[in-house]
Amino acid sequence: MDTVRTDKSTTKDLFENIDNDSAIEIKGSVFTLPVLKIKSTQLAQIELALKQHLSKSLSFFRNAPIVIDLESTKQLQPGLDFEQLNTLLRGQQLVPVAVQKGSLEQHLAAESAGLAILTGQLSKSVKSDISPTKSADDTALAMDESPQEQPNVSAQSGSPVTAPQDTGSVPTKIISQPIRSGQRIYARGCDLIVLAAVNAGAEIMADGNIHIYAPLRGRALAGVTGGENNRIFCHSFEAELVAIAGSYRVFEDTVPSGVFKKPVQIYLRGEQLDIVPIQ
Amino acid sequence: MAKIIVVTSGKGGVGKTTTSASFAAGLAKRGHKTVVIDFDVGLRNLDLIMGCERRVVYDFVNVIQGEATLVQALIKDKRVDTLNILPASQTRDKDALTQEGVEGILEQLKQTHDYIVCDSPAGIETGAIMALHYADEAIVVTNPEVSSVRDSDRILGILAAKSKRALDGLEPVKEHLLVTRYDPSRVDQGQMLSIEDIQELLGISLIGVIPESQSVLQASNAGLPVILDEGSDSGQAYQDFVARFLGEERPMRFLEAERKGFLKRLFGT
Ligand SMILES: Nc1ncnc2c1ncn2[C@@H]1O[C@H](COP(=O)(O)OP(=O)(O)O)[C@@H](O)[C@H]1O
Ligand SMILES: [Mg+2]
Repeated sequence: MDTVRTDKSTTKDLFENIDNDSAIEIKGSVFTLPVLKIKSTQLAQIELALKQHLSKSLSFFRNAPIVIDLESTKQLQPGLDFEQLNTLLRGQQLVPVAVQKGSLEQHLAAESAGLAILTGQLSKSVKSDISPTKSADDTALAMDESPQEQPNVSAQSGSPVTAPQDTGSVPTKIISQPIRSGQRIYARGCDLIVLAAVNAGAEIMADGNIHIYAPLRGRALAGVTGGENNRIFCHSFEAELVAIAGSYRVFEDTVPSGVFKKPVQIYLRGEQLDIVPIQ
Repeated sequence: MAKIIVVTSGKGGVGKTTTSASFAAGLAKRGHKTVVIDFDVGLRNLDLIMGCERRVVYDFVNVIQGEATLVQALIKDKRVDTLNILPASQTRDKDALTQEGVEGILEQLKQTHDYIVCDSPAGIETGAIMALHYADEAIVVTNPEVSSVRDSDRILGILAAKSKRALDGLEPVKEHLLVTRYDPSRVDQGQMLSIEDIQELLGISLIGVIPESQSVLQASNAGLPVILDEGSDSGQAYQDFVARFLGEERPMRFLEAERKGFLKRLFGT
């Protein structure tokens, strides 16, 4: 659903002059966190929906810190038991870190269960109200398909990553070596350009558009923080999976013959993910 | 300057050890001082293929743990006198290998050898990563099957990310594709990937193709690196591979299925 950017750059200024010999150092940084929107206070319902959703989605969310959005549950009775909700989420390998948009009561309860409260100043929604999958809306929850960069990303993805280039207004991440099975690349907050093959078993993601000037054999996910207008372009379409703003198509055996090994672009048309040859 | 070459694949049973033995013997036969190291701790079998299993007294792990010197542990090949073998231990567990230990041994071996060939265990765990970590070049052994190609791709990703060269920001490890157990008739029947398919999928340069051959098993039962069975098809294919590695140009052989008999040609498809 949403993505929240917690911006603590002001904190950073406060602690800038901290003593270097100290055992700690406090730094501010900006994170993009996936938000879990809860639409029921029945834990069983939430669990069921979560299991369905997580089995459908990729491994993105494993051990991901998440923010719980309470907006739709403010009025609901009975109230949420945050201790149990915590346990439930951790059981699904999610790491709840904070809540947002709840009632005062909910916030107090969440706080005593060890969760932080994200208030208006700290959280600003980058994009709101997108349905990642068609079915998610009528379940007990909805989840943002946007990944947090996972702890193992750097270990797995290794050197082919060029740091995002700050070209002023439009940053882009450019990768010129093949992305191989088991590697994951995430272009956070920008477009991704790949000049070599994305092989089967590899996964590339971008908050913006993805351009691949080579075969796409693995998985490509554009607009992962909800950018419905983002697109994927590739020179030779042989993908295992493509997704835009959470709507995805999986090709278990092979892609449709009309687009197989063709240059294509992929975009969202309403609810539909279109894969269209580029002439 | 000695070169360290890892023979790796990700997948097991594709021909890494067979290749390591023949590669090292081939380099040594041409006069280069060569040592081949078995990194497959717990599953040693390089010494069997090299026919020196009865001469193993100390192993790789003994040297790392200071229980023996390198000189004590190295086994000199009886056929090729510029070839040494550093066997693995059959009894130790995999964690016996340490990064510093391996580095120390490689540094010592570099003083007295031109080529150090590292026979990697299967998988992408510690042993395999240890074997490839210090490599200057990699022979990526791949069978013409989707699963083997996928695992090779995975190992190539790890080479690009976790090798010392990658971590130190040096020139990347030079990667060579060696396709083994290639059976052209099965490729023709569509049961196996072709050389072109594999090359397209992996995108690295081809250094050789070793045909599927009875002579490999016979040689290994006799404790002879198959490259020393000079008349055999796979022996010749390994000789070509070694020559190419040393910079010679050799056309690829053993890519076509055997020609059909006369009658089949007349009446067959
Ligand atoms: N070119 C070949 N033709 C036929 N059999 C082969 C060939 N290469 C390897 N083999 C056989 O495959 C098996 C596995 O080989 P090995 O070299 O031990 O693989 P790895 O070290 O990758 O596990 C052995 O039984 C070996 O004899
Ligand atoms: Mg082996």
